[in-house]
Amino acid sequence: MTSAFDPGALAAEATDAILRDTLHGTHRGVVVDSPPGAGKSTLVVRAALELADAGRPLMIVAQTNAQVDDLVLRLAEKNRELAVGRLHSSDTDPYDKALDDLPNVRKSAKAGDLTGLSVVISTAAKWAHVKVDEPWRHAIVDEAYQMRSDALLAVAGLFERALFVGDPGQLDPFSIVGSEQWAGLSYDPSASAVTTLLAHNPELPQHRLPVSWRLPASAAPLVSDAFYPYTPFRSGTGHGDRRLAFAVPSDGSGPDRVIDEAAEWGWGLLELPARHTPRTDPEAVRAVATVVRRLVDRGGAATSERAPEEPLPLTPDRIAVGTAHRDQAAAVRAALAELGVTDVTVDTANRLQGREYDVTVILHPLSGRPDATAFHLETGRLCVLTSRHRHACIVVCRAGVSELLDDYPSTEPVQLGTLVKFPDGWEANQAVLARLAEHRVSRQP
Amino acid sequence: MSLITTLARLEACRTGRAQPAATVRHRHLSERPLVFVPLTTAGEAGAPLGALVGTDRYAPRLLAVPQPRDRDLRFTFLAELADVVLPYLDAYTEDVEAAERNETDPETGKRVKVEVELCADAPQLIVPSRAGVDFVRLLGRSMRFRRTAEQDPEAPYPAPPRVPLLGRWLTHFGERARVPGSSLLPAMTDLLARHWATGQSTLEDQHLGALLAWIDPPDGSTGAEAALHAELARDPEGQLMCPPAGPATDPAFDNKLLAPAIERYDRARTALATAEDGPEADDRLGELTAAEREIRELVLSRTLPTWEKVWQGLDLLRALPDGAHVEERWTRDRWSFTAHRDRIVAGEPPQPRRDDAVTAANKLAAREREQARLEAQEALDDPLVMAGRRLSGEAFAGEVTDVVMAYSESKRPSPRPLVTVRTEDRPHLGERVRVYRSLGGKPQAAEFVGWEAEDLLVLRVVDKMGRGKEPEAGSVPEKGDQLCFTLFEHEQRGGPKLPDPQETPWTHGGPPGEAAAEAADPLTSEDVL
Repeated sequence: MTSAFDPGALAAEATDAILRDTLHGTHRGVVVDSPPGAGKSTLVVRAALELADAGRPLMIVAQTNAQVDDLVLRLAEKNRELAVGRLHSSDTDPYDKALDDLPNVRKSAKAGDLTGLSVVISTAAKWAHVKVDEPWRHAIVDEAYQMRSDALLAVAGLFERALFVGDPGQLDPFSIVGSEQWAGLSYDPSASAVTTLLAHNPELPQHRLPVSWRLPASAAPLVSDAFYPYTPFRSGTGHGDRRLAFAVPSDGSGPDRVIDEAAEWGWGLLELPARHTPRTDPEAVRAVATVVRRLVDRGGAATSERAPEEPLPLTPDRIAVGTAHRDQAAAVRAALAELGVTDVTVDTANRLQGREYDVTVILHPLSGRPDATAFHLETGRLCVLTSRHRHACIVVCRAGVSELLDDYPSTEPVQLGTLVKFPDGWEANQAVLARLAEHRVSRQP
Repeated sequence: MSLITTLARLEACRTGRAQPAATVRHRHLSERPLVFVPLTTAGEAGAPLGALVGTDRYAPRLLAVPQPRDRDLRFTFLAELADVVLPYLDAYTEDVEAAERNETDPETGKRVKVEVELCADAPQLIVPSRAGVDFVRLLGRSMRFRRTAEQDPEAPYPAPPRVPLLGRWLTHFGERARVPGSSLLPAMTDLLARHWATGQSTLEDQHLGALLAWIDPPDGSTGAEAALHAELARDPEGQLMCPPAGPATDPAFDNKLLAPAIERYDRARTALATAEDGPEADDRLGELTAAEREIRELVLSRTLPTWEKVWQGLDLLRALPDGAHVEERWTRDRWSFTAHRDRIVAGEPPQPRRDDAVTAANKLAAREREQARLEAQEALDDPLVMAGRRLSGEAFAGEVTDVVMAYSESKRPSPRPLVTVRTEDRPHLGERVRVYRSLGGKPQAAEFVGWEAEDLLVLRVVDKMGRGKEPEAGSVPEKGDQLCFTLFEHEQRGGPKLPDPQETPWTHGGPPGEAAAEAADPLTSEDVL
């Protein structure tokens, strides 16, 4: 890289400041905002190891069992001697079987069995049932922006101080019933844990990780501008560092052309003719499946800064398909099975959070819709979908979404006392569409 | 909107009639509901204009406020409303049955069973539309902090006795109405829209007249025509033939009929106040009474059609048989009613203006549990609702084609029979996904093992087979059984216990401090004419 900018140094500086505040600061809490792929998990693991080294009993709160197991594995990888407790539920198969191979990880459904261990990890839901006489000296709350305020209320009595880490741009927590009644209250139980925490403790130090190591140079500026307008970040790699090449040349079809477009520019839009469709739009689903099939067939090779001389094959497990709804994911899975493609991850935005792939193919949340509801406009959904990839992202969408956005302005009632959230869904969607339009490939059925 | 609802709406469009969205009634209906059709004044939140209220379909009580901006007249209205509503509520507070409840013993901290009273039945307030529920809540909010002369002799505008009490009850009903599946304060439009799918949008379904037009169109007319007529048709004077269900009134009514009538009333009142002698006062009192009667008739003319529609809706709903879990949910409403009765008897203060952090979190968690419970129970009670879940891949039904006995790999092997089911449904099953079936009213869980063929799937039954090595009789499906499995759980687990409000953690602002008695609403310049 020729620029004087050194992303590694910038990131290290931010991490040092965070650890300084966490270990030696006077505040009860430290908040860290982390854009997609900025090394959040690495930070959590490092902070946990340093707190454990300092002899402070630590509890870690994550949101899902998969996240908890992943953290346990990462901790054990860094320090096999560390005494880790995995607090789990009493359901069947409560944790990843890989944990059984780790001698220093003790697993139990009772917090009492794990007292005295350096680090105890569990989900927020499980921690909520734990009762202690003596609170933990320190806690790390992972994915704190995806945690609901009421979940934090249930566990906050368990610790004295805490490090809150999360990505503010991803999907907000939601509730399946209306909660307008509490909108505007500082402790609105349906708001995110960080919103409530900062409303009551505005003096807490807030840090952010400035470099995304996942997103390529083609994607970071767009994702940063569209979804993090006031807290920009940049990519840790330059434009030449990541390359995607295919052994089999294009056959001239829409899917092949969009794959080439995305390989060159990092973005590709496969546009289908405008039409109002059911959610599981068969044409769009088939287009998604065809693109994936061609990605697999054309013998892709991904070159990245991790191994500049040695391209890695683009295997199906490095490809993901993202949708807004579960039935769409199911339809794509069925279509892929028909085309004989296996091992490609297909899931909704909610479930793709925190995951990383080389290439993603997404079905645009507003594709074929006659209306733009708050659910489909939610910036977090689009942000998750457009920020999972290391190399390229291909969007499949019906034409006319831009007009749809213009025709149906948001009609959500304004609630007194609530903070206006930025970015605005309408604007973020237009920003992404405008960029995608530069890489449009039309597909006539 | 689910696929089956979309299909039902399309079918309603094609046939010109609303289609059933349920085969049983999913909400409790009281034998003797109190129907409340309120109207409000345009331009001022919470200024009632009048109401029809009562339990007798043929003898509603008409209440009207001839000058809605006059606080004294408003209090008169609220006092009259209390005279109707409170005796109705009281009738339910006395008839109790013994029940048990788990409580934490304050001394030992253990959970113990306590004998308590549970009201044998609870009252039910029915309003025409969702806006009516909001209005009940607003009325409750405007009354519960009022002070009567007895409570506070210094209060500048003391409320009539019992008005604050009515405010507390209406607040409770309004709050309970937010709990999914509750029936203390249902809106007729919600009740009907739950049980029928019309050929119009859900927004249009909130118009009671249009909704009923789709469900029960007059002879020779389609639902669409009748709904359009209900929404738009006006008489030669420009008034809507089917007045809105309120509480808001039609602007044409406000401008052309109501405003002039109120003006006549105001003039008559001023004239009476300036009368110089007895005979003149008598004449002018006559004019005032006439002006008041005119307003009462206007209010009656806009509420009576809605009143009749609410009862027509009740007739339609009563024709449906009760859903199996309706009684259980109604029992929760009875608990809620009993608990509020006890709070009032114990002399507790009115509900605070805002929930504290812990109360808000508890309410949200309870409502989410109730929502999940409601969705599961409706599906279990009603094959049509279950069909919707099957269509969306959340359940499947089929015939058991094979059962192979198998055991778990542990020191004491337990039965884990493998059941093959033939189904034409397309459930979203992944590896080891849990599914549930109802076995004697209790859920039995099984794990998805795999697809054997396109329409054949294998499940491993994992519980409810007893403690022995051999499963209890009848606990394992048999070949030929027709079964329905769901991917959602049938019963809801209780959530975690949150800290006491006095132990609110630092992340949520710390303890709220000593609960100070809420002050009465302060008087503002807008409160006085």
